[in-house]
Amino acid sequence: MGERLLMKGAEALAEAAIRAGAQIFFGYPITPQNETPEYFSRRMPELGRKYVQAESEVASINMVYGAASTGTRVITSSSSPGISLMQEGFSYIGNSDVPCVVVNVMRGGPGLGNIAPAQADYFQATKGGGHGDYHSIVLAPHTVQEQCDLMYDAFELAEKYRIMVVVLSDGLLGQMMEPVEFKDWVDVSKLKTPDWAIVGKGDRPRNLITSFNLDPEGLEKMNLALQEKYKKIAENETRYELFMMDDAEYALTGFGTVARIMKTTVKMLREKGIKAGLIRPITVWPFPYKVYEEFADKVKFFLDVEMNEGQMLEDVKLGVNGKKPVQFYGRFGGVVPTAEEIYKAFRLHLGGC
Amino acid sequence: MKLIYKAPETFTKKPTTYCPGCTHGIAHRIISELLEEMDLVKKAVIIWPVGCAVFGYDFIDTDAAVAAHGRACAMATGIKRAHPESFVITYQGDGDLASIGMAETVHAAARGELITTIFINNGNFGMTGGQMAPTTLIGQVTTTSPYGRKPEVSGFPIHVAEMLATLDGPAYIARASLDSPQHINQAKNFIRKAFKAQLLGLGYSLVELVSTCPTNWKMTPVESLERVRKEVLPVFPIGEFRVVKGVE
Ligand SMILES: Cc1ncc(C[n+]2csc(CCOP(=O)(O)OP(=O)(O)O)c2C)c(N)n1
Ligand code: SF4
Repeated sequence: MGERLLMKGAEALAEAAIRAGAQIFFGYPITPQNETPEYFSRRMPELGRKYVQAESEVASINMVYGAASTGTRVITSSSSPGISLMQEGFSYIGNSDVPCVVVNVMRGGPGLGNIAPAQADYFQATKGGGHGDYHSIVLAPHTVQEQCDLMYDAFELAEKYRIMVVVLSDGLLGQMMEPVEFKDWVDVSKLKTPDWAIVGKGDRPRNLITSFNLDPEGLEKMNLALQEKYKKIAENETRYELFMMDDAEYALTGFGTVARIMKTTVKMLREKGIKAGLIRPITVWPFPYKVYEEFADKVKFFLDVEMNEGQMLEDVKLGVNGKKPVQFYGRFGGVVPTAEEIYKAFRLHLGGC
Repeated sequence: MKLIYKAPETFTKKPTTYCPGCTHGIAHRIISELLEEMDLVKKAVIIWPVGCAVFGYDFIDTDAAVAAHGRACAMATGIKRAHPESFVITYQGDGDLASIGMAETVHAAARGELITTIFINNGNFGMTGGQMAPTTLIGQVTTTSPYGRKPEVSGFPIHVAEMLATLDGPAYIARASLDSPQHINQAKNFIRKAFKAQLLGLGYSLVELVSTCPTNWKMTPVESLERVRKEVLPVFPIGEFRVVKGVE
């Protein structure tokens, strides 16, 4: 491990991405993540790397698509309305098998919504968002430290599977300051141009990056190959954290910021002698269905808490598969629930305060 | 016998998917010839559009990508910035470039991206069946201007070359026409300069090529060429609109 620094989440993630080997950043300003492009714009030139402010998110993601097509470590970051504009590019990137990293610092929606932290883009991130049958790997950190650590994984996974990796953050993780310890710098001199990249054909046969195939059977083949890839990712890369679940009789569950607050709730419940624990998905796609299935035999009920109307709830229920009740507590529009509120919601379902 | 003229190898033998008499093929050939003459085949990356030229990679044998509709200049920006040694070309129609992709084009030009755009102005959306384009002439009948393009309904044709020439980012902006051997030679000359602008790192370059779409114009190839001369060129005059020092 490297240095320990006190940093704002939005800046720390940029620094982590840089140390993880990001060679080029494209972006367009949107609150609450402006510190990220600002940080890149200062830091990238210092290191002889590149930063470009695009004219829109539509352009940013297509610049990312271009850079990714050359096999270069490329990243963009935005927030909900900007991510909506990027969906076109996500779909093209999905069917072109190029690697890149996208950070979504979620804010309240729909529409212009507000700039407060929310988790309302879960469906959009995990179920596609753009058109067609595609997925991206979606990582959901719950601390500034984890956000930084996952930056390294994000690039590695992106390249391993030639896929887009989304780091699903929110305004809270972006704006808070926490001490972070960065992993070692990735030696970028060792990063090679992959053999599929389009950089000029030289003496080999030409390479082609496209998501296009007019022949239905040809396109079906491309789709089947994508589904094979997704299956492999689901088998090998599903991640979650279990917090005090060993002897738990009640399972709380949530992702990102909310899960962090829920750890406090779990401790409060434990102090009252209630054996609660927390299941926290780290990959929300692929979703860790199996762990819910497993605990469905052990716990009395699940309480899912989200800063949305219950988008992950659908996945939790799929995992639990009707074996036990799954309760829900959600806040909208950028309201962050407190540990006490979650505690109360739990007590309500337990049958009284 | 002495060989004085042959097909460029980079322009593959694959039958093109263009309609008879369509000038897309001529534009392809010029590009292939220049890539060979200027020794650029090995480092060229061409971004093909959504439009009739979507299969362009099958006809010109270089590294290639197909961009989303209108986003070629953004994708090209990503490629060129990530890998400056590549020689990056976007090939775009008037629907692609001047309608859905106008923002990406104007901003790539304004940034002076070191890419070259070949812009096919055939006055309509060819691939989707001949709808009105931003370049459709006043009075021109298309499937979405069945009464002829009316300014009060659809505004006026956009002069892309002239408009981009007002920016400081481009090093070379020109319009040529593919209606006659003489004009085709001129077009090749213009594209050579556009390539040079990129090679010398002088800025963005674009050559607009006044082209035909016999199928959707519902004309024979010969009538289409006549229409270009009689009706299109008076509105879209050929010439160089921006030539920075060093390109000449
Ligand atoms: C986002 C999006 N909108 C619309 C289309 C449908 N579309 C395909 S080609 C095209 C127009 C192409 O016209 P142009 O760029 O002028 O090229 P041409 O076919 O005339 O060579 C359109 C609208 C699309 N593929 N994607
Ligand atoms: S539809 Fe028009 S532009 Fe397209 S190939 Fe046919 S003639 Fe050419």
